Amino acid sequence: MPEERATAYDSKIEGNVIFTRFDAALNWVRKNSLWPMPMGLACCAIELMAAAASRFDIARFGAEVMRFSPRQCDVMIVAGTVTYKMALAVKRIYEQMPEPKWVIAMGACASTGGMYRSYAVLQGIDQLLPVDVYVSGCPPRPEALLAGLMKLQEKISREQSFRNQKPELAEKLEEALA
Amino acid sequence: MNLSELVNSLEGVFGSRIHTKTEFRGETSYTIAANDLREIARFCRDELSFDYLIDVTSIDNFGEVPRFEIVYHLYSMPHAVHLRLKLKVPEEVGAMDTVSDIWPTTNWHEREIYDMMGIKFNGHPDLRRILMWDGYPFFPLRKDFPLEGLPSEMPDVAFTKVTPLEGGPFVTVPSNATSKDREPRARSPEL
Repeated sequence: MPEERATAYDSKIEGNVIFTRFDAALNWVRKNSLWPMPMGLACCAIELMAAAASRFDIARFGAEVMRFSPRQCDVMIVAGTVTYKMALAVKRIYEQMPEPKWVIAMGACASTGGMYRSYAVLQGIDQLLPVDVYVSGCPPRPEALLAGLMKLQEKISREQSFRNQKPELAEKLEEALA
Repeated sequence: MNLSELVNSLEGVFGSRIHTKTEFRGETSYTIAANDLREIARFCRDELSFDYLIDVTSIDNFGEVPRFEIVYHLYSMPHAVHLRLKLKVPEEVGAMDTVSDIWPTTNWHEREIYDMMGIKFNGHPDLRRILMWDGYPFFPLRKDFPLEGLPSEMPDVAFTKVTPLEGGPFVTVPSNATSKDREPRARSPEL
């Protein structure tokens, strides 16, 4: 099986059986069901809502289940200006999300502070959280957010999920195989 | 009643305690002493029917004595007239009486003035910061506070750095020059 292919299937000999790597299956499951935490803080949240609505339909990428409880979320979409006062809450909500979790910084403000060069605004949410994808724009169009989501899906499909989640077990397995 | 009748009635009672009176475009402003505010405010609400306090604002006259100025913008719903009360607060006092029991809307206005300007309000039921986070050590709307901020700690979360301004702040200069010169993207320090 070529390394870059996630699955291999030969209908003549295999019937209803598909061979794959464990990581590939896990990542495939994860990336197609990303439940977003809509961290809407400013006008970017309007575009985030538009991305979820019928015209752009984020459901096509499996991310339509906006959860307003961080405990049920996979990806936090930070959409808008993060003031220092709100940064306390954003960080807390991020910490309440279960692993594995990802962060999309949507728009100029969430990525860098944007036009708000001021004492009150955090100059980019990456100063507090590990950001996976930055989406440019002020605000970004829904297509841009969807492109960012697809980039995140690509990133997830390259992850070593099993090793990240169960490092001790992975080491034992490798020892046993070696 | 119209504005002049209300104003006459106010001056009849508090005439000697009004410092200055300004009339501009049909609206009246009084400068009063900080100690008289509660009495005059109660009279304005109960006797003159100024039942709506639109806004409370504060001014930092940096370099002057007294330094701070607070302005109360009153409105009378039944008579449709505006009235303004101004008073000075010296920096060394830095506090004055609340009127949040007279107009409950003042609660948040006074919190905002405390947060941004650092003026305390005696008798306020809940004088916490309203825009900046609890524990922030500065008062950002004072003239001696830089726009880019000062470094401070956010307990358990992060350290707030000074904001990169890249040649800013881009403040318009009043002059007859073209808008390109009045509002430059970056300004040399001598201008």
